[in-house]
Amino acid sequence: MKNIGIIIELDEGKIKEINFGMITLARAPDSDLFAFVLDADVTAVREDLESYGITKIVDVALASDQRNNPAVRAKAIANGIKEYGIGAVFGLSTATGKDLLPRIAAQLEAPLVMDCFTVDLENNLAWTSRYSGKTSASIKVTGDIVVFGVRPNAVEPVKGQVSSRILKFDGSRIVSRGFKFVKRAAGDTSVKISLAEADVIISGGRGMKNGDNFSILSKCAEKLNGAVGASRAAVDSGWVPYSMQVGLTGEKVSPRVYIGCGISGSIQHFAGMKTSGLIIAINTDKHASLMADCDYSVLADVLELIPEITRHLENG
Amino acid sequence: MQIYVCVKHVPDSSAVITVLGDNQIDENVIFLLNPYDEHAVTEAVKIKNSLPDSEVIAVCLGKDDAEKTLRSALAMGADRGILVVSDAPHESIEIARVLKTVMAQDGIPGLIITGKESIDAKGMQTMFRIGALFDFPVATNVIRLDIEGDIAIVDSELSGGAVDTYEMSLPCVIGAGRGLNTPKYPTFPDVVKSKKKVVKKIALAELDIGTSKADMWIVGLEPLVLVRKPKEITGDTDEVAREVIRILREEAKVI
Ligand SMILES: Cc1cc2nc3c(=O)[nH]c(=O)nc-3n(C[C@H](O)[C@H](O)[C@H](O)COP(=O)(O)OP(=O)(O)OC[C@H]3O[C@@H](n4cnc5c(N)ncnc54)[C@H](O)[C@@H]3O)c2cc1C
Ligand SMILES: Nc1ncnc2c1ncn2[C@@H]1O[C@H](COP(=O)(O)O)[C@@H](O)[C@H]1O
Repeated sequence: MKNIGIIIELDEGKIKEINFGMITLARAPDSDLFAFVLDADVTAVREDLESYGITKIVDVALASDQRNNPAVRAKAIANGIKEYGIGAVFGLSTATGKDLLPRIAAQLEAPLVMDCFTVDLENNLAWTSRYSGKTSASIKVTGDIVVFGVRPNAVEPVKGQVSSRILKFDGSRIVSRGFKFVKRAAGDTSVKISLAEADVIISGGRGMKNGDNFSILSKCAEKLNGAVGASRAAVDSGWVPYSMQVGLTGEKVSPRVYIGCGISGSIQHFAGMKTSGLIIAINTDKHASLMADCDYSVLADVLELIPEITRHLENG
Repeated sequence: MQIYVCVKHVPDSSAVITVLGDNQIDENVIFLLNPYDEHAVTEAVKIKNSLPDSEVIAVCLGKDDAEKTLRSALAMGADRGILVVSDAPHESIEIARVLKTVMAQDGIPGLIITGKESIDAKGMQTMFRIGALFDFPVATNVIRLDIEGDIAIVDSELSGGAVDTYEMSLPCVIGAGRGLNTPKYPTFPDVVKSKKKVVKKIALAELDIGTSKADMWIVGLEPLVLVRKPKEITGDTDEVAREVIRILREEAKVI
């Protein structure tokens, strides 16, 4: 019997959809699946976790003033991993995961592969991209404990009903020496869904002409329950914040649909979105690289086409 | 204060990558200083200039050729460089052990700055491993760094542009994010001046990095090409809009 740990990401006490693909990937025959849930009402997420195969829910409680402290969160999970004899740990390669998982792996001196497309747990192999997204690498990991950061949306969720037991884990005495959480400033609160989790991303590039025009994209994204991304050219022009950048030096995303609007499709942009399910390119230049590296190309002015799409969506 | 900055020699992001054998690439391409490490060096030099008696030491594990990347760091203002020379490929567990050993042997780190990610390996973990080996606090994706006495006050960017502020006691490890600063690229005189700076080379075999029970290595490498055959959507704006919506609804099933 193998014990597998899964770090669950919540959003204001609610479970994020992107967890389910990760749980599906982590499921293995003859194993116990431990879901780590930090500082939340676990009864609210129990049913969802059970429907995807979680057999143990580790209800981790931290001291109230340490809840946002990443060093304390990592230590609590690392302690839990040791306590329950867990051999493989899965987390999400989201912004939160990019801080949390390496902290845990470093503390346990466990190997870690971030941004995995898939994992073969039996053989301790993980696949991720290497060399600016230009190659796919299979990476072998060895150790008592191994850690994987799974790219959101990389794995299709499949249900597998089980029943679970709740294990209380007291982390209230965990502190972090030399590291103090001071405060959190909320980002753009109009952003309802993050780039990493969105099923649909509409990204704008230099072809958007200015920052104000990005509202055209957000209106459309809202109708599609998607997120808005950007090329570095748009970020560097000061039109949108860096947190929206997709690409080699921005977010790496795998949405079901990626709509590139006025984006030429540079190597560095492509590195961040090439694994998207379906790519639609909208450009006034039919020779733009993205127009040749997509599933559907539209030769059109994005400033005219997107409002039209939004209008149709509004009218049903 | 001794400020160490870790710099990695990586293939240019626009280089054509050719896979050789099972798990290697043709390294006959342009290599340069990892983009995030440019922010790391720039920040280290900025701090040095505000703290008397401080020194910036750039460290790197790489092949002999990685001296070029150390020279770039020196031209950007680092005072000297240390290159641990090894021809073998290394993953972060080992890289961190090597960098930790060489820094501890060289001096007393007051601050260690890395990039938040290397663009070739994108391990996103070297800074945390260095921190764990030294038992120093760590923050990554740092977009603001202020040193006040023996405390570092940092802002770390989370998703959706949210920002956390942390206080860390020095010595600590910082993973530089893009918003930290605008890299200060060297002028010609900077480059000339940096030629006189020292890069010390140490063979990996000369270091005792201890052993880890954990390991990781690349077993297979393949070009990541997802061949797409674009279909053109044509018609007037109304027709194109309808077709896009049909694709979203019927093919992608996202609405
Ligand atoms: C180390 C490094 C890292 C980088 N990292 C990233 C990264 O993470 N992400 C990233 O995006 N870039 C990155 N870049 C930058 C990258 O090389 C490109 O410069 C950038 O992606 C170009 O952005 P763009 O496509 O918006 O602009 P452009 O290349 O200028 O393309 C604009 C496109 O808009 C089209 N257009 C103009 N008007 C309209 C209109 N009205 N309707 C429709 N189409 C229109 C044009 O035909 C053109 O194709 C990086 C570069 C380097 C060197
Ligand atoms: N071989 C290396 N030599 C020096 N610094 C490195 C090396 N590998 C990684 N680093 C540092 O660690 C950071 C993060 O790398 P990674 O964990 O691979 O994403 C990089 O930005 C560098 O600052």
